[in-house]
Amino acid sequence: MELLYASCVGVLVFCGVFLILRSRTFPVVLGLTMLSYAVNLFLFSSGRLSFNQAAVLGTGTEYADPLPQAFVLTAIVIGFAMTAFVVVLAIRGRSDLGSDHVDGEFPITNNNNNDKNKKVKV
Amino acid sequence: MNQHLTFLPVLLPMLAGVVLLVSPFGKTKTSRRVTSVTLSVVTLLVSLLLLLKVQAQGPQIYAIGDWSAPFGIVLVADQLSILLVCLTALLGVVCTLYASAGDDHKGSFFHPLIHFLILGVNGAFLTGDAFNLFVFFEVLLIASYALLMHGGDKKNTRAALQYVILNLVGSAIFLIALGVLYGVLGTLNMADMAEKVTHLQGDDVYLAKIGGLLLLVVFALKGALLPLHLWLPNTYATAIPVVAALFAIMTKVGVYSMMRVYTLIFGDEAGELSHMAQTWLWWLAIATIAMGAIGVLASKDLRKLAANLVIVSVGTLVALIAVQTVEASSAAIYYIVHSTLVTAALFLLADLIGRQRGKVADRISAGPGVAQPKLLGACFVIAAVAVIGMPPLSGFIGKVWLLKATLDTEFIVVFWPVYLFASLAVLFSVSKAGSAVFWHHQGKPLTEAEQERVHPTQLIALLILIASAPLMSIFAGPLSEYAIGAATQLHDFNSNINIILSGGQ
Repeated sequence: MELLYASCVGVLVFCGVFLILRSRTFPVVLGLTMLSYAVNLFLFSSGRLSFNQAAVLGTGTEYADPLPQAFVLTAIVIGFAMTAFVVVLAIRGRSDLGSDHVDGEFPITNNNNNDKNKKVKV
Repeated sequence: MNQHLTFLPVLLPMLAGVVLLVSPFGKTKTSRRVTSVTLSVVTLLVSLLLLLKVQAQGPQIYAIGDWSAPFGIVLVADQLSILLVCLTALLGVVCTLYASAGDDHKGSFFHPLIHFLILGVNGAFLTGDAFNLFVFFEVLLIASYALLMHGGDKKNTRAALQYVILNLVGSAIFLIALGVLYGVLGTLNMADMAEKVTHLQGDDVYLAKIGGLLLLVVFALKGALLPLHLWLPNTYATAIPVVAALFAIMTKVGVYSMMRVYTLIFGDEAGELSHMAQTWLWWLAIATIAMGAIGVLASKDLRKLAANLVIVSVGTLVALIAVQTVEASSAAIYYIVHSTLVTAALFLLADLIGRQRGKVADRISAGPGVAQPKLLGACFVIAAVAVIGMPPLSGFIGKVWLLKATLDTEFIVVFWPVYLFASLAVLFSVSKAGSAVFWHHQGKPLTEAEQERVHPTQLIALLILIASAPLMSIFAGPLSEYAIGAATQLHDFNSNINIILSGGQ
């Protein structure tokens, strides 16, 4: 189970980082979402993975730690709000700057065909 | 009431933010302004009250929901954190006053957002729990995102977009760091973490090290330490100046967190992990000072200049943290207060000067003269002398103190040349800016209508900040004593742990 779990987190982080490094805002927003999924899974596992354990200490030595679940819940709520904000901001950037590049404009090279984007009315 | 005093600097701004959103307080322009300024003054008074209490009775511990540490979240008001809370509250008063002259109507919800930002900053200073620190970071960040966009233009959207994306990545890294540390230590209460770190063995040591260094990345991003400082000049220079003035405290939140984490948790007592981030902090700080100095020299307008001065001050503070002695920390505490107030004053001055110079605005070049050269010139001279660190104002005391604090250490060889060179660069740039703005006139003078005279509330706000420089110099005795006390408390590992874990008994 640990292997599966760890590879899930790993793949999500990989995708997230890859997408964040893209130049348009939409992939970047997706990347941030992916990254926050990975982070949530990771946080959850910080209380150790276990099956069918009581969440309260009791007298047993084995237990499921309830605290990381609280962390994850907080992180989900905050992550959701932040993602919503960045989506709105990306849309505003698209209309204010006339392109969806994170720098506001595409670097000028010979082979990009972004004239279409530049002509969009603000 | 008295026992809940520790919580009030967090609660009051939140209530203020909510009250300002609803009728009758938030109904008209005037009612919003009056309520906002009044409530920020109340927050300041309450913070000062708490400061007096902390000074008389020692650190105050407030267990939220009466769940004692390490199981619940505690707020810890010791001399350092409450000093910074007072500083934030003071900036809050200044900014609400200043914005009441008209800036608050360039966008919506200015006053509630200011109070929410103060809530986040105060919370981050007071909390004794690492996860709670994350939550307050997010509170202050989301308020800052909205404030950054306040009254902005297109350039502003671009800076905001990059700032938000960077900070979201920063938050993800923060959570990963907390996950690693929780997995290893089984707690996120800072005092308890410090205690657990001393007993780590085997591979756990390396995991804790990874977690600790990931935290460094996050704090370096918030504090604008090289190479994560690139967002700062653009962000601060495109935000409206009154917001930038309030943002002067935000980099200090990152610096403060470094102080806590690397002196308390990974400090003297941490065994193998003791001072693990010191080398990193040291060299990054030196590079930041150098980079900031270059930025200062290259600045083309006053707001960029002030933004680069923020970077220099962050570098200086982090260098002092890396030294990790009581004396260096006390110098850092004095310097935090001084640099925050002075850079905030410079942002406000840049705004006032820009409004009186028509299209040239705050660019450092010859242009039409300002309408009130005596008033603005005098304020600029005081702020400049303070920020350069010339006698007799607060900057000089801070500078001498921090040079003295590094005197006996092996750090002097690198720190003194870099820091003194940076001071020279600041001296050069600020005097150049002053003479260009106030003495070199070009083009035809502007008419009365084109020049916006300083509004009385703006003047009061500015004078509060400007007056702090001579005042910090006149009251340097008690202030430095206070700073030394705060630093001693910060470095006193055992009493810190005992007080927090026993709930302040």
